[in-house]
Order: sequence, then C-alpha cells, then structure tokens
Amino acid sequence: MPLDLSFLDLKPAAARFMPASVLAPLDGPLEHDAIATFDLAPVSNPTEFIHNQMSKDAEHRIHMAKGTTTLAFKFAKGVVVAVDSRATMGPYIGSSNVKKVIEINPFLLGTMAGSAADCQYWERVLGTRARLYELRNKERISVAAASKLLCNMVYGYKGMGLSMGTMVTGWDKKGPGLYYVDSDGQRLTNHLFSVGSGSTYAYGVLDAGYDYDLSVADAIDLARRSIFHATYRDAYSGGSVNVYHVKEGGWEFISKTDVFDLHYEYQDQPRPALV
Amino acid sequence: MEYNGSAIIAMTGKNCVAIAADRRFGVQALTLGMDFQKIFRVTDRTYIGLSGLATDVTTLNERFRYKVNMYRLNEEREIGTKTFAHMVSSSQYEKRQAIPEFPWRFGPYFVEPVIAGLEKDNTPFICSMDTIGCINYAKDFVVAGTATEQLYGVCESFWEPDLEPEDLFETISQALLNAMDRDALSGWGGIVHVITPTGVITRTLKGRMD
Repeated sequence: MPLDLSFLDLKPAAARFMPASVLAPLDGPLEHDAIATFDLAPVSNPTEFIHNQMSKDAEHRIHMAKGTTTLAFKFAKGVVVAVDSRATMGPYIGSSNVKKVIEINPFLLGTMAGSAADCQYWERVLGTRARLYELRNKERISVAAASKLLCNMVYGYKGMGLSMGTMVTGWDKKGPGLYYVDSDGQRLTNHLFSVGSGSTYAYGVLDAGYDYDLSVADAIDLARRSIFHATYRDAYSGGSVNVYHVKEGGWEFISKTDVFDLHYEYQDQPRPALV
Repeated sequence: MEYNGSAIIAMTGKNCVAIAADRRFGVQALTLGMDFQKIFRVTDRTYIGLSGLATDVTTLNERFRYKVNMYRLNEEREIGTKTFAHMVSSSQYEKRQAIPEFPWRFGPYFVEPVIAGLEKDNTPFICSMDTIGCINYAKDFVVAGTATEQLYGVCESFWEPDLEPEDLFETISQALLNAMDRDALSGWGGIVHVITPTGVITRTLKGRMD
C-alpha cells in the first residue's frame, strides 16, 4: 500500500479562513499578488487556540506593546498627522524615540497604534501592494483603495490576535484622504481621528481648536498641542511629538519636538481662549 | 503597586542621608495629580517614604503620626530612627492576614515603606520593607515602587561611599530622574530631602512631565 502523502498538498492553514477574493488575484496568478500567509497552530480551531494563549490566565501569555497617542485631521490645506514616540512593555518604557508614522510611499502615510510589529509589517506589505498597483495601472493608488487593501488583509486574520489601530492618509486624485483601519476589520473615513490610549485627551484639545479653515501653521500647532496634552495625562504616551503635513505634492516631515521642551514652552504662554 | 505607581529611594552619605520620591498620583494610565506627597516627616532627623496604593499611603501616614505622637507623650523624648522602623514593621505585620472573624478588615496595607534618618551619633540609617513588614537593612541605598529595577540599576552605578550632602543630593536626584524616565507609572517631577545633623535640605526637581 503506497504512503498517503496527500497532506503535503494542503494549503497554508490561514488560506482556509480567507475569502476567495482575497486569495485569488484579479488578473491571473501573479506570484507577488498572493498575500503572505502564516503557519497557524495545528489545531482544529486556531482562532480559539490563540485566544487561549492571550487570555489573562494563560500560563505562557503573549504580551504585546501597547499605549500610544496618534492623531490626524483633514483641513483646507491637506492633512496633518501627529504622533507621540513612546513604546511601553507594561509599565516599562522600552523606547522614547519610536517612529510611529510609517512612510508607506511619498504620497501615503500610516500611523502606528497597538502592536508595533503588526502595524509595521502590514503597512510594509501595503507598500508593496501600492507599488504593484502603480506598475500595473500606470497611476498612483487612491487612499481609499490602499486603506481597503490593508483592511481586507488584516480581516483575513480576524480573531487571531492581530492588534492595530491605524490611520492611512495621503493625497490622490480626489484630494486629501484620511481613513481609519483597525485589526477588527473596521474601516472608516472622516475629517478627524485620534487613536490610542491617549486619544481621549487628544480629542479634547483637538475638538476645542479644530476648524476646517485653519492655516497650515495653526493646524500644525494644534496637532502638536493635542499630542502634548495627551502625553501629559496618559502614562503610556510620551517622548517627542512627530508632525507630518500631507499636501498635493506628497507628505512633508515637519518636526520632532521633545515634550519636555514643549511643556516649559507652553507653560509660559497664555492659555488659548476657548469658544 | 501598579495601580497608582511610584518611585522612592533613600541613600546614605557621610553623616547624612537622603530620601527622594516622584510626585505623581495616577490611577493606572490616567495621571490625576502632580504634587502628591509620598515622603513624610516623622521627626527632625527621620523621614518615611510610602510607596504603593495611594489610599494606604495617606492612611498609614496618619497612623504613624498618631503612634509617634503617643510615643513622644509616653516617653517624653523623640523616637529614634531604628525604633521607628521597627514600629512600622510591627504595624505592617499586624495586618499580615485578614482576620477570619472580621472579614471586612482586609489583609496587608499595599505599601512598601522606605525609612531614612540619622541616629543619635549621626550615623546614617536607611531601610526598606515589604508589605508585611520584613525589614531590609542596607548600608548604601534602598528603593521601592514601580521603578525599582531602574532605580537599582542607576544606584549601582552612581552611588559611592561617604558622599557630602551636596554630592549626595546630586547623586540621588540623578538616580531618581533617570529611573523615572524608564517607568511609565512614576515621574511628573520629584522631591528630595537631605537630612544632615544641622537640618534638612528639601528641594523639588524639574523632571519630564510625560
């Protein structure tokens, strides 16, 4: 009786959980088009398995770095993106110089909240996908399409422990674009978003000072101020504030400011008048 | 310890001791206050730092104040640093376990005290304790709170024997500030007391506010 080698033909485990549209490329089986698939736990229900590994009482619990403040908003002159730079592992501060704005390409930015590795990896994959789109269609990918690509990719791993809350911003034919995408598979567009443990504090400052017709300088200052106030109140946000401005010709890095300097700069200024 | 967050440290010098703490009062990630007192004067030459659950920090301060006052009235003299340390230890051990007949009276106070002071002959005395009163005596430095690993790290490299008051101040301040920069739950400024035979030097530190 010959050996049964049929198990060798099995697709990667993750493929079983993915919608056919995600796995099958639009125009023929091109090698690069395939979304990376990962080995999953060789059990009947990998989702439940990983859930057990990450639950509070698991013996070998998987810990992940979390705690962030990020924000982005659209206004008349484009999009402003601002983030803090602290990486925490529980109460321990792993780094105060993390780049939480991911430069996907000269026209696309992604922000990082949740698991740093998940955000970095999937936004890198998004970069390759955006480039392939450009080569194939002879035009840049829209922000809407790019964010949907990211959303669909992480949706394939829903419930398996991915942790990311990201904002995809950029400039395309329609003008400035801003989308919120998270690992639950949620994708939203709006004028204004803030993500992370310090987001509530940032929203407070942002909502008080936001106006669509803000000048570029005022918009940048508002974004920086919002992140600063979040780092002040939120233990898991801090370090420096990185600010980017997205405009028609692509994004521009504006500044990196230590919040220590900002604190004593703002302290000497009169408080902004509200309403 | 992780609920409110804190960083407390005590160091010895030449005929002087220093005790320092951060000033944050927070509830997990949310920072509510930046001027919370964690170090308390016991006598002119004995100070106590209480790290841990903030509600127990204030409660214990009041209990110790009461006990030290009673001691002064009964004995007609000030309590010594070592004596006070043992009093703190006993107070902590008293609440080692919840009493079965009185289940509403909880177990230990969730506080790790740090005591620093000068004895009668001006020799420095420092010690720290766990939540149920096990005393840790040290000749160099003691630490407590959420930034203990960081504090031990910097103390091991910064501290040297027989520091004069001003040098001791600089050493303990740098140790505290650098340790706090690696801990999310403590910080937002610091306070330092240097206890010398002639008096106590108290200074607040300008630290990172994130």
